[in-house]
Amino acid sequence: MPELNTGDTAWVLASAALVLLMTPGLAFFYGGMVRAKSVLNMMMMSFASIAVVSVLWVFYGFSFTFGTAESSPYFGSFDLSGLTSVVNDMTANGAYYPIPVLAFAAFQLMFAVITPALISGAIADRAKFATWVIFVAIWVTVVYFPVAHWVFDFGSADTTGAGWLAAKGVLDFAGGTAVHINAGAAGLALALVLGKRVGFRKEAMRPHSLPLVLLGAGLLWFGWFGFNAGSALGANGTAALAFINTQVATAAALAGWLIVEKFRDGHPTSLGAASGAVAGLVAITPACAFVAPWAAVVIGLIAGILCSLAVGLKYKFGYDDSLDVVGVHLVGGLWGTLSIGFFGTTAATSWGANGLFYGGGTELLVKQAIGAFSVLAFSFVVTYIIGFLLEKTIGFRISRDEEIEGVDVTSHAESAYELDSRSGSGLGGILAGSKSEG
Amino acid sequence: MKLVTAIVKPFKLEEIKSALQEQGVHGMTVSEASGYGRQRGHVEVYRGAEYTVDLVPKVRLEILAEDRDVDMIIDTILLTAQTGRIGDGKVWVTPVEQVIRVRTGERGETAL
Repeated sequence: MPELNTGDTAWVLASAALVLLMTPGLAFFYGGMVRAKSVLNMMMMSFASIAVVSVLWVFYGFSFTFGTAESSPYFGSFDLSGLTSVVNDMTANGAYYPIPVLAFAAFQLMFAVITPALISGAIADRAKFATWVIFVAIWVTVVYFPVAHWVFDFGSADTTGAGWLAAKGVLDFAGGTAVHINAGAAGLALALVLGKRVGFRKEAMRPHSLPLVLLGAGLLWFGWFGFNAGSALGANGTAALAFINTQVATAAALAGWLIVEKFRDGHPTSLGAASGAVAGLVAITPACAFVAPWAAVVIGLIAGILCSLAVGLKYKFGYDDSLDVVGVHLVGGLWGTLSIGFFGTTAATSWGANGLFYGGGTELLVKQAIGAFSVLAFSFVVTYIIGFLLEKTIGFRISRDEEIEGVDVTSHAESAYELDSRSGSGLGGILAGSKSEG
Repeated sequence: MKLVTAIVKPFKLEEIKSALQEQGVHGMTVSEASGYGRQRGHVEVYRGAEYTVDLVPKVRLEILAEDRDVDMIIDTILLTAQTGRIGDGKVWVTPVEQVIRVRTGERGETAL
């Protein structure tokens, strides 16, 4: 057992807070993209994920992901449930890290929170809120916790009880598979279960507030430094490499997306800038500690170009992945995970591996593909089954009338914006059940 | 008495308003409107998907006037609102049967 290192611990705790901020940031990113009648519901799906997953994490989530005793390659155990017995323990995950295991648990919790929130973009405007809350609880339990165990759990200090992808040598530094491919495949499944929005492809569903989208993208970008550099689990050179790679890949992807738009559509758009940034963040996530900064630029640039083309797939195939969870997170996550097979180098991080361009042959690329596509397949199939069962029992989709009126009013009894200058006469309407004025 | 209604480009509003004020027109109602005529809408692109926005934002002016002032009002609006490009809008005049000032109850031309 190592002695606690205060610098490492401080960085991981700060990173956990940074990653938490990504979920409200995502709420703004998604919220600005929907129409004004469903922005609150869109944002609430993210906030609900914070509530549900945080509570489950304490009781069994952390244990089911990183449990040590009798962990199988496919899921953890329940020996850490409740988190009470681990207050003075240090972190062991393939090796010892001089940070309290509760700091590690807090950091990993934020990943579990944002992953289901990412899915919500695929089902904008049309999901029953109560069903969404139940879905999140079931989905993290049977999809996220096991998959995170596959990828992120390197077992105890002697690597017993490691997840099967981690043990196989699939490289995913901060969650290209467990977070982004996982959420992207799940988003595709739910978009298919719930079906298209009323008016899909017939009417303009323009983003109601692009400034909110840009604000959300900015918050995501900021928080992502915790996501990627924090995954070093220490304040060290690996964290610094992940940090700089995150920045340059994101910048290159933003530029790449705008270049495509300029040549294809004639106008570089603000939505394209925000989307490109997120595509770059997604793609560099698995690779950020395994590649050199010049390679991060290439990975980001390709991600921006690839994802800007991939968001058109939904029109070609006719699925309503409303806010492009597939085009950005699935495609970006796949590219980022596979990119390590090309650009990976042990010069970046010693426990990394050399990819095709560094004389490592295709061995790593094959491993990366196995990791990427096994998570994709598992997530898609299991999510489809969960979504289908929920739709057939308690219903997942709101009624057509509710959807047309707007899910904010029908599900939450609120509207996002009160811009009516006619209010404020002091007399008001009659508030049913109002107790404020006795 | 007549009601002069004009649909014009939003950015022309200030110019029309001050020109009318100089001519002694001291009241009007302005509302935001949207619509289309011969002017085609415009195309917006979101993540590569093109949307035709065919309802174009406009401003609607409504002016109650005595019969003898109507031509002056129309001329002033034309002079200031015209850009010569498609989408400049329309002006039309309708007869008004009665006008009442809410504060005093005055009726007819004294209420204008």
